[in-house]
Amino acid sequence: MKLRVSATVVVAAMMIFAGYAALFIAPDERTMHEIQRIFYFHVPAWSASFTAFFVSFAASIAYLSSKRDRWDWLAVSAAEVGVVACTIGLVTGPLWAKPVWGIWWTWDARLTTTFILWLLYISYLLLRGLIEEPGRRATLAAVFGVFAFLDVPLVYVSNRLWRTQHPQPVIFGGSGSGLDPTMGKVLGFCIVSVLCLMVIVLVDRYRLEELRHELDELRQEAETQNLDGQNAPGYVPTAR
Amino acid sequence: MSTARAASIVLAKELRMELRTRELLSATLIFALIVVVMFSYAFDPTPSESRRYGPGLLWIAFLFAGSLMLHPSFAREQASETMDALRLAPISSFAILLGKMAANFVFLAVAEAILVPIFAVLYDVPLVGILWRLILVLALGTLGLVIAGTVFAAISAHSRMRELMLPLLLLPVLAPLLVAAVQATRSLMGDPPSLDRAWVAFLAAFDVIFMTASWLVCDFLLEE
Repeated sequence: MKLRVSATVVVAAMMIFAGYAALFIAPDERTMHEIQRIFYFHVPAWSASFTAFFVSFAASIAYLSSKRDRWDWLAVSAAEVGVVACTIGLVTGPLWAKPVWGIWWTWDARLTTTFILWLLYISYLLLRGLIEEPGRRATLAAVFGVFAFLDVPLVYVSNRLWRTQHPQPVIFGGSGSGLDPTMGKVLGFCIVSVLCLMVIVLVDRYRLEELRHELDELRQEAETQNLDGQNAPGYVPTAR
Repeated sequence: MSTARAASIVLAKELRMELRTRELLSATLIFALIVVVMFSYAFDPTPSESRRYGPGLLWIAFLFAGSLMLHPSFAREQASETMDALRLAPISSFAILLGKMAANFVFLAVAEAILVPIFAVLYDVPLVGILWRLILVLALGTLGLVIAGTVFAAISAHSRMRELMLPLLLLPVLAPLLVAAVQATRSLMGDPPSLDRAWVAFLAAFDVIFMTASWLVCDFLLEE
């Protein structure tokens, strides 16, 4: 508990410093000026979401091979955190693109892949909400998680093939030919901070899943006791 | 019993069931046809435009029709409580899955075989010189659709709102298949027609990857 509080404090401090560094320490970009500073959060959000989805994929495989509930908790927690980070990436991207490219969105390989990835994991979370029985939910969600993640390289390759055949003038994404050393350092620090933040949120989310599981077990236990004796001490009728 | 033989028995059972009612096939076909007709209302295309957008329309119609048609393949077993009997049979779960995939492939292929000529007539797309190559593209694309679709039908059969859940799971996963199938078909319907081999290879890769993944997970899909 103490560890978690201190870890949270450290990560909060890191995030504050990351914000400061992105706004004041990093040098001005020659063509994009201030707009470019969104990059210090856009790129970290993307790396956090991709890491989280990978954790979810690995946890799904681990669940299928071991059938231990803990892996399922990790899979759903990571998927949820990944969706949040991915949403941040998808929102900050167009905010940056509009002034720089002149458009909010382009169907380029990277953008499309991220969008499909986001849709896939939203479906994953929806699916979990719609299967009642816990054991079955865990297994089937894990199967879908594996399929969804396998799809990601395919989406990327298909868009690459497609767009290279029909090149679009707007694609000059990617920081390209080298970054200013200070920019690189600030970006590195921002990525590390956001990844730490992701880990903290993930651990908390995992703990929540654990508590939910515990609550379910206690509830079931209470229900079986109620069947034994309705007037047992401490019996509180629950409106369910 | 070998997997192939067991799968062919499951396939025969599915076909027999469908032949008794023919409801799945006719509904799928009419649905796809409605999509094709709606296209003309929505876009009012000229012949050159329909050659450009037609392949996309055709595959959208197949994908939507498929995502509706695949749903009964497990839901029907559940409704009549025959899933347990199938599971008790002394055959591997991959054979069950394979048999169902084959049956769904046949249903969709029949619907396509009727729909594509109608499409060609309605939108003036010549099929004569490209028929075999078109069949290759259609077969590879449909195979990928039914592999992923059958697996996801087994998943969504256990969820609430399952009719809605299947398209939700399936369509985003099929996005790369859609791109590849549409591009390959468009290259065939272009002037002059030529088959883009990169996309055919991509479709084949999609099929192999998802077939391998289904083989790996099929025991979890059908477990009680």
